Amino acid sequence: MIFLRLFYEFFKTGLFAIGGGLATFPFLSDMADKTGWFTHSQLMDMIAVSESTPGPLGVNTATYVGFVTAGIPGAVVATLGLITPSIIIILIIAGFLKAFRHNVYVDSAFKCLRPTSTGLIAASGLSVAASAFFRTDAGESLSPGALRPESVILAIFLLIVTRFIPQTKKLHPIVWIAFSAVVGVVFTFGGVPMF
Amino acid sequence: MLKELSELFWTFAKVGVMTFGGGYAMLPILQREVVENKQWATDEELTDYFAIGQCTPGVIAVNTATFIGQKKQGIPGGIVATLGVVFPSLVIISILAGFISSFSHLPLVINAFAGIRVCVCILIFNAVVKLWKGAVTNKLGLIIFLVVALGSMLFDISPVLFVILAAILGILLVQIQGKNNGKEASAK
Repeated sequence: MIFLRLFYEFFKTGLFAIGGGLATFPFLSDMADKTGWFTHSQLMDMIAVSESTPGPLGVNTATYVGFVTAGIPGAVVATLGLITPSIIIILIIAGFLKAFRHNVYVDSAFKCLRPTSTGLIAASGLSVAASAFFRTDAGESLSPGALRPESVILAIFLLIVTRFIPQTKKLHPIVWIAFSAVVGVVFTFGGVPMF
Repeated sequence: MLKELSELFWTFAKVGVMTFGGGYAMLPILQREVVENKQWATDEELTDYFAIGQCTPGVIAVNTATFIGQKKQGIPGGIVATLGVVFPSLVIISILAGFISSFSHLPLVINAFAGIRVCVCILIFNAVVKLWKGAVTNKLGLIIFLVVALGSMLFDISPVLFVILAAILGILLVQIQGKNNGKEASAK
């Protein structure tokens, strides 16, 4: 029964992939070897599409793999399989936190966890910045020569409108995402001619 | 109850549809929709959920949705919010996968995402500035932030390790502060 197997495989992925969407990839690659549902090059394509569509990366990839394997029902089953362990584990932790949040040890642990979490978020922002502000085809190193001036100009503009101008500061972040997509297309930020 | 649950579902569906890339890209959208508009959680709670999401299994976006849903409406809330956040993925991927197999090779998509990446950087920067106030409250916090940000960027260290070490450090601090209570008071 393909659906049971799909659910089981993605349940396992959801249970053991710790640390977000990227952590699911080794499991998917293993799945390709073991089940023959899809090839590795198909998986690379699916990951690329998942990165460039709305929604969390790990969820998109699970949906896509499920779809390729068994159509729309497969997409639903794979996604449910992926999220079921998270739901169970987080509900248990949330219950635990409600009871122990004001415990002096738990409270002190969170005082150290908050700057840690913020540091991890900053690091992820910087790693996105590496690919957003530097030409990757100019080699691995982030030399000043590989800096994309058009990206820097867009970034400065966005920084000003999202932080310093009261009228535009209040706009929803999706406005700036859409704006940046248009700018990216008009000025061919990806370095690929449109026609 | 039904009304609250449907509000949870659609709010998280909205967050899901506006998230591009990994879980962190979701943070600015969550801050706007869940913290500022709905006031279902504070910035501090969001950082807590992200920290827990780092070291528990599963996709961080999903874990965060479960947390906030649970906080608002118990177990049904946790489930409904999570289903909401994955709903757009199901719809969009199912539609796209049926039509285009090499969607990500289109010049339109490549150029648009090169622009979006710049925007995501700035939005994450703004999100970190907002979180900073609640997260980095003293010198120790600043040191932890710098060690984690630099360590995670320069070396291939799993975030799980940072989160576990920070939790242990926090627990040890209670012991140390217990012993040095007098010193602590005079230092302040």
